[in-house]
Order: sequence, then structure tokens, then C-alpha cells
Amino acid sequence: MPVEFRKDLFADERDDNLAEIGKPHIRQDILGHVTGRTPFYDDHLFDGLLHMRCLRSPHHHARIRSVDASAAEIAPGVVRVIRPSDVPVNMNTLLSLLNFGRDDEPLLSPDKVAYKGEPVLAVLATSERAARDAVAQVRVDWEVLPHVLDVEEALRPEAPVVNETYPGNAFDYHEKYDHQKLRFGDVTAALVQADHVVEGEYQMSPIEQAPMETCGAIAAPETNDRFVCYTSTQALFFSLGTAAKQTGLASSRLHFIGGTVGGGFGGKVDSHHEPLAILGALLSGRPVKYQWDRAEEMQVGAPRGGERWRLKDGVMNDGRIIARELTGFFDAGAYTRLSSYAVQKSTGHLPGPYTIPNVASNVYCVYTNRTPSTAMRGFGITGVDFAIECHMDKVAEAVGMDPIELRILNAYRDGDMKAHRRVAKNCALIESCQVAAQKSGWSLSSDALAASSMRDGGIGWRGQIPETMIDEDGRIGDRKRIWATPEPTAASGPHRAVAAGTANEHPATGAAPQRDDMIIEAERLGFKVSEDAPGSEAQSVPEPRSAATPHEPARRHVNGGPSLPPAARPTTHSAPAVPVAARPAQPAPTSIADDAKPSDPPPTVAPADQPIEPGSRPPRRPGASRFISGSRGRR
Amino acid sequence: MAKTPVTFTLNGADAATFADPGQNLLDCLRRGVGDLSPKYGCGQGTCGTCTVLIDGQPHLSCLVLAETVQDRSVETAGGMANGPDLHALQTAFMEGFAAQCGYCTSGMLMAAKALLDQNPSPTRGEVIDAISGNLCRCTGYEPIVDAILSASRAPRATERSA
Amino acid sequence: MTVHSGRGFACINYPIGMNLGGDPSQALVHSTPDGKFKVALSAIDLGQGMKSVTRQIAAEALGVPIEDVYVDTADSDTGPHDMGSFASRGTHRMGNAVIRASAEARAQMLEAAAEELEVNAADLTTDGRGNIHVKGAPSRTITVEDTALAAQFKQGRTLSGRGIFLVPMSDVDPETGEMTPVSCFAHAALVVDLIVDDETGEVEVTQINSAYEVGRALNPKLVEQQLIGGAWMGVSHALYETTEPYYPDRSHGPEDFNLYLQPGPGDSAPHHLSILERPAPDAPFGGKGPGEMCANPVLPAIANAVYNAVGVRCDSLPITPEKVLRGIRANGGAQPQGRR
Repeated sequence: MPVEFRKDLFADERDDNLAEIGKPHIRQDILGHVTGRTPFYDDHLFDGLLHMRCLRSPHHHARIRSVDASAAEIAPGVVRVIRPSDVPVNMNTLLSLLNFGRDDEPLLSPDKVAYKGEPVLAVLATSERAARDAVAQVRVDWEVLPHVLDVEEALRPEAPVVNETYPGNAFDYHEKYDHQKLRFGDVTAALVQADHVVEGEYQMSPIEQAPMETCGAIAAPETNDRFVCYTSTQALFFSLGTAAKQTGLASSRLHFIGGTVGGGFGGKVDSHHEPLAILGALLSGRPVKYQWDRAEEMQVGAPRGGERWRLKDGVMNDGRIIARELTGFFDAGAYTRLSSYAVQKSTGHLPGPYTIPNVASNVYCVYTNRTPSTAMRGFGITGVDFAIECHMDKVAEAVGMDPIELRILNAYRDGDMKAHRRVAKNCALIESCQVAAQKSGWSLSSDALAASSMRDGGIGWRGQIPETMIDEDGRIGDRKRIWATPEPTAASGPHRAVAAGTANEHPATGAAPQRDDMIIEAERLGFKVSEDAPGSEAQSVPEPRSAATPHEPARRHVNGGPSLPPAARPTTHSAPAVPVAARPAQPAPTSIADDAKPSDPPPTVAPADQPIEPGSRPPRRPGASRFISGSRGRR
Repeated sequence: MAKTPVTFTLNGADAATFADPGQNLLDCLRRGVGDLSPKYGCGQGTCGTCTVLIDGQPHLSCLVLAETVQDRSVETAGGMANGPDLHALQTAFMEGFAAQCGYCTSGMLMAAKALLDQNPSPTRGEVIDAISGNLCRCTGYEPIVDAILSASRAPRATERSA
Repeated sequence: MTVHSGRGFACINYPIGMNLGGDPSQALVHSTPDGKFKVALSAIDLGQGMKSVTRQIAAEALGVPIEDVYVDTADSDTGPHDMGSFASRGTHRMGNAVIRASAEARAQMLEAAAEELEVNAADLTTDGRGNIHVKGAPSRTITVEDTALAAQFKQGRTLSGRGIFLVPMSDVDPETGEMTPVSCFAHAALVVDLIVDDETGEVEVTQINSAYEVGRALNPKLVEQQLIGGAWMGVSHALYETTEPYYPDRSHGPEDFNLYLQPGPGDSAPHHLSILERPAPDAPFGGKGPGEMCANPVLPAIANAVYNAVGVRCDSLPITPEKVLRGIRANGGAQPQGRR
């Protein structure tokens, strides 16, 4: 199909006069692909290669009473059986490289398995077949335990504990809550004032990344007392760091080669093959390949996890959505992997690409007795986008509105305050809607066609942080003692209000270049600076070439030290500019002649009794990763 | 375990190796002979990445016993080019952006070559039939189908005689 | 049996780069003695085109022809640290790192050329065809090759550069969820046309019309590859794929491609695609990573189109014939919602 480039749109922000950027050059790697000579990890041959296969749990949840591998050890072709006690550092969590979460997953499980397919032992043999045959001869005495497979059942008090590191079956956020909260405005009050309340529940099923190349790694001793590892990883140093940690080898002794991968889609981040293959090479002194077969790829390899979302929207007769409440459950499976991170990523995405004055969400990372889930294309977003966009269709139906026009009416625009309390910029949702409608012959009203991401954003309430109701429900452990409904509006404990405020910029900005030589001439980057800033006078939209761009010269401190990025500066939040008492009961309507709808005031929300300290704190800088700082100790 | 000597023609040249009992042709080509162009994708005959031609017919080499190619002719993607001259299909895949990760490409090319060798001017439907046993997770297939059709109409001067 | 046609819409935005930052990328660029450039990365090319797009970025930033640049990924001994190819971060983070590394190498190159031409380096520019000349005076020129040779063998100067790009890590407020997730978003809107057979419950996508906003299409063909292939994956997710067909029950899990279903080459629907480019200020040449977001709008658009066709809300993925049929039966028959 011919692809159409709408160069007419945003033309005043773009300089298309570049030499190589924007040209349809053929891929640098394509000759290798079409001649079959592109070297993937498995395309490296070694004499004396050993093959690794794992013994896996046949149960969803079971205690290991004993393992008898005596027959496997003397089976033909078997070189070595690797047990949990052979793994120098057997517990890990992937994001320990970012200091996020506690080590909760063994490489080989010594005492207990928490999902069907969990590895408990590995066999090294001279052929894959010999390794398979030997694995079949291992005898395990299992004590089958009760299991839980549904995320909401797992949160109930009587549910079996899936993952002892998180006995409430939910990841701990901020050492305080069993979920990640998002609070913006007062959803409870707004839902009361809405003309319609639209509810829905949506379920994303687990999905396999299914790259054509299955996951794997080949490790071999090098001649310089190091180990080379050819790998299919999507993250070379992530896998190297994980392997160094779990094998106890200094990272300097590891030489990772990859970078050419037969598809990933998120399924090649988990870094389980590299440490096991290197451990095999370390213990046997020979090259070792650990490769999943397709069945393992599909049922043992971590999929995109199941997600359940409940949405409740408050919508006015004219289509303005004034409140959105979301409750999300990410099914992590038995171990954390990356699901804890997906929860925060999805929270930052809420309420979707719309400007809604009252938003609240509780999102949970829940442990169940299934294959751990991990990243996949659209990670943390695909499931909630499915929920939000199906829900938008229901909202449109409830108010009798065209579904595209409903989106355009509620779309976020430059200068709008997002629910995570940062100002929107560089928006293009409205234009995307208009082009898709036009292409498909879907007729839109003149108002919808005239709308623009660059107009009417940030005016009045749209650019403000509203007074926000917060609560402390869902403290770690509470849910397991007393079953509590996990929705934000069902919070039963005391509520309190944090004051409204104005925009407070903490832009996500790249650290400045460390030397001026690394700054490219601004005019060679393909941006055009338009003279009159689009958007409102109230919220000036960050322009290309502003100081926030990473390519600008560093503004060095007087002492010559590195300039701190805004996110790390110990600024105080300037939000509580207007005391609640002085705040007008109803924000003054702002007037926009052509299109008044998006800036109509949100419904009045009852002022809170006791405004206390602002809930918007400056972002804290967590401890710098040992991985990044390079200070990880050698074992 | 006794090994079986296997001699066959690989991309027009003599090849010989010793096959283990039960060894499949894919493993034999990759580890025994050193032709790494056919890829392991499933080992179950469900993905097509290991497709090779045996006496001109496409086969899933993971399902073929190595010793059954004795005295037969095997073609792989590694032998498609005539020295530096690419096969028309290879050129079409390059210029048509018909590969992303490249892992399915060897098998796709062999399935397509089997088609064009027997049917130089296939219809779109015939192209789709020919590659329907070959999975691709990246491209959505359309660029691949387009590239094969484009090769079928291209001058065949650089094609080596089978 | 009746076949009902339906039309559905969805639109999305997608965050570019690792949520909350903390994900650095480094790049090294150096010249051979005759002025060809090598870019060493530990980034991963898993088909998205990392090698190709960073090559174009490096050539553009250096001001040399693309033929004179090659990118190597990934060897942990030679490629400096990169967080990895995920979270739509490759083009954004690594692209910026490559720009910085190329800028430094370019600065060295212009200084070497300035010494040969006996002018001020600030007065020099490149023509993108392998020559360096005085701005406004194209005749006062030296080739990149002669510059590199002079730098290497006469001046004792390297033409090399280092680059790192890091959005420093930030945190999330426990009470309000206040955070600084990412710096830019890609966008998409999409209309799906499909037909639903009310006897079999089968859904067949017949046409897709889409608009994808990608900041800048750094290589339009690579963007097209991602969007076409990604939308295909969206159709596949919506209608076919799952490792647990009766989730949360674990039974009937597929272990091969005979049971893990995807659309084949004969199932592709025409996809009419428009690309919009609103450059993101902090992205390399404004380009946002298009690879992850492209499937996302397809899933809800198909669900909404199925509702439009037969009046069944399939709120649970995938939308299998079984679910569609059960829905039609529960409603006492197909209930088309009217043409759009």
C-alpha cells in the first residue's frame, strides 16, 4: 500500500532540508539477511559444544521434598548436573540493576516452585537429545500446594502465598502501599455531578512475543580467563550485569556479543539464558548452549502478562468527560520480572491521551501461580489502551456522540496539565484523528475539523493542578488482613486534600552534554522555530530549541560542577499558590469564542476541610544504581 | 552410537558428513556441514525458517532425517547468489524492504525460489500459497509477497541454473 | 448466515523511552585514516533497524555521506554501555548519544580541516558529499579524506567522538502518582473495517485506514516497515493470540504455531497509512520511536468495529469466534449498530 506523508501538517516546526535523515536508504544489514549470512547468536560453532536442558515443574505450586538425579548423572552423554546450590547468587530480580524491588526469583529453584515450567535443575550433555533423556530420568518428590491463578483471588486474605518475598501477593510500592496510586482532583465528587456514569471491565490475555528466533545463549571459556557469551538478548549490558551478579564473576571477565537478534518484541530481556550458560561453561570448562525450544518459548518464556482494568467515567451530556477512575491488575505471574515497572509506566499514561479534570487510579502488580510475565511491544500500555479506547466507544454511545468527535473534544492539547502533574507538549492526537477520519471517509463536524492540538490547551483549569483528594488505603499487608475493595473511590480510611496549584515544570530532560564539543550546531537538527508560540498566553508551550533540549549548551554551575538535571534539583513544589479558602468555589469560566467546550470549567468539587502539605513533592532521586555507577562489588 | 556417512550435493557442490542416528537435516547442515543459512525456529515443522530445497522441492529441514538426502541435491539460501551476483529474489527482498530481523528470510527465499523455479509468473494468490508455511513476525507479509511478485517480473539474467 | 460489516475507531499516544528515565545510552564514533567513520554501539538490532537508523543519524550529524559510515552492534568489549532495545528508547536515547558522539568527531574534523586550510574552524562547514569548505566560499575546500589523512599522519589528531544521553532517573509520588514519565509521545489514530459472520463468529478485517504521528520519519521505509508490521501484529493480538485461551485457567496453552494462531500472508487487509511528523524537541531530529505503538490502536478499533457490526462488546481479548458467537446468542441475534 502506498504510504502518504502529510508533510503539510506541522510544517512550520520542521526543516525537511536534511541530507541523510528522511531518506529511504536500504538497511545496513539487509545483504546479510538475504544471503543467509547474518550471524545470529546460534550461528557460532564450537567444537565440543554442550547442550543444556532444564528440569521443570509440572505443577502450578509445589514444595520440593527431594530431588534424585543419580540416574541422570550417569546417563549417556551427561557431563554435569547443575543444582540450585551450584548457583553462586541464586536469587535475583531483573530490576535490581536499577535498585527497584527485592530479589525474589531463583535461577534454579531449591525448595519450592510457583509456576508450571519453573526450572529446578539443569543438565549438561554432549547432545540436546542426551540432555533431554537425562532430564526425563530425574525424580522429584513434589508436595503439591494450593495455587491461585486469578489476580483478584490472589489479593484475598485466604489466597495461598505465591511469592514469599511479597507475602501479600502484590508488589510493594514506596514501602507503603500494595499498589501505585494516581490522584488528580476529586473523582468521587465529580462522579456524583456527572450526567452519566459509564462503567466497564476489560481483560488483556497473556500474549507470547513469538520471535522467530527462540531465546538462547552460548557461553564458552576464552583463552584469557574470561567467558564469551553469544546471546539473543535485547539488552546486552542488562544481561551482562545480571550474569555477573548471578555467577559471581567480575563483569570484566565477561565478554558479551550480540546485537543481531531474530526478533524480540520484549521477550528477550529477562536474562536467564546468559547466567545459566556461563555457569555451565564455568563448571564444565566447555562451550555450553542453552536454547529454548518452541514449546518452552511459548509456555515457559515470559509473555505479555494478563491485565484486568475497570473503568468508571463521569461524562456530561455534551460529551465532556469530567472524571475517570481506573483500577488495574497486572498479572505478574510467580515473580516480579518487569511487571512492577509496567504498573508505574501505565500509571504515568493515565487517563490516556485526554484532558480530564478528575482522575484516580489504583494499579496492582499481583503474583499468581503462572509463568512470570515480562515486557512486550507496547509494554504497560497496550492493555490499558485497549480498555480506554473500548470505553471511549461506550461513552460516545452513552451520550449519543460520534466516537471520533468525542475523542477530539476530550483530547489533550499543548499546555494542558496531565494527571501525573506535568504539562503536555508536542501533542498530535487531534490531527491524527482528523487524518484517519479523512482517509476513511468518516465525516466529522466543522468543530471537530477545526480543532487543533496547538490551540486552546492550558487555558484556565486545563493548565492547573486541581485540589486533590488523597487517602492511605491499601497499606502493605492490610489487604491480607481485612479484605478491602481495591477501587480508589472505595477507599474507606480518612481522606485529606492537597491544595490546587499551577503548572510545575519538571520536564524529562536529558542531562547536558559533558563537553561543548558534543553539542551539534542547532540549525543542523531539522527544527524550525515558529515566531509566535502556538497555544495560549497562559501556558507557553515549550518550543524546539528551548533550554530544555538536550542539544543546547550546558548551563554550568559557578563551581564548575556538572549541572544537575531539573529532575534531580531539590526544588520545592510551587503548587499551593492559592489557599483553598481563597479559591473561587467555581473557577471563572474562560472564554474561547470558537470552541468553548474543552475549556468549560470542571464541576465544582467540595473544598476539603483541612488542606495540608501539598501532595506534589519534588521527585526524589533514588539511590544511583550500582550498575550504572559501576560500583558493584566483585565476589 | 554409530554415525551414518551421508553424501549429497549442496548448492551444486559435493558435500559429505556423518549423521548421528535421528539427526535432522537442519542440524546436519548447520553443525555437520557448516551451512548456517537455514535457521532453527521451532523444530516442529510449524514455522518454515528451516526451509531448504531437496531436488527442487521445498522441505522443512527440521523434519527431514539427514541420511535421507543421500545422493540428492540440497539448496539453501546460502547458495542462492552466484558469487557476487544476487538472485533476483534476493535483490527484490533488499530493495523492497521485505526483511526486518532477517531470521525468517532464508526460509522465505527458499519457498519463493521453489515457486518461481516452477512458475515464473505466479499470481498473488500463488505467491501467498507458496509462503503460507513460512511465518514472519515482523513484516506483516505484504512486503514479502510484493517482493516475490516483483522478482517474478524482474529480468532473470543473474539467476544461476539449477 | 449473514455477514455484517462494521467500522471501529481508536486513537492512542505512546511514551517514548524508559518511564522515569535512568536509562543511559553511549556511542563512540571514530574515523579511519582516510575519513570513513565507524560507530560502535552495544545497542541491539532486533529487526527494528537500529544499525540503519543510527547510521543515518551519524552521517547527518557528521556531515558526511552515508556510504562513509558503518555501525557495529554489539560487543561489550568495544561498544560502550547502552540500556537495551526496549521501551521505544533505541532511536530516542541512542540517537541522541550518536548525535553527541558525531558532533564531537565533527568538531575535531573541522579543526583539522581549519589547520590545513589556514582558516578558523568556526568558518567551515560540510557539503554532505565528503568535502569541507569555507562557509560562503565553496572553492576554499578540502576533502574529508585529506582532512583525516592530515589529522592522522601530519597533525597527530584523532577524529573521534564520545556521546552519552541520559534522562536522569526520577521517582513517583506514592500518594498522587506525580511523576516525570517521559519527554515525548508518539500518536496514532486508526479506523478498522471488518466483517463478522453471525453463524461462525469469525471476524475478517477488510481495511485499515490509519494516521501515525512519529515526530520525524528518520528513514521513511523503516518507519513503514514498523507500522505495517506492527498493525499486522495488532490484528493478530486482537483476533488470535494468547498463551492461555481460557485465562485465568491455564489449560489449552499452545506449544507450537499450529495452536498459537496468527494471520497468515493470505489474511492481510489493505492498510492505507498516513504519516504525520511533529518533531519532538528533545528527540534526534525530532524522531520518535514508532515500533511499539503501532499495534496498540488496532486492538480496541477491532473491538469497537465488532460492536458496530453485530452489537457484541468483546471486552476480553482475543476476540475469538467463540466469544463473538456467545455474545450474539446472548443478545438473541446480531444487532448491527448502523453504518458509519
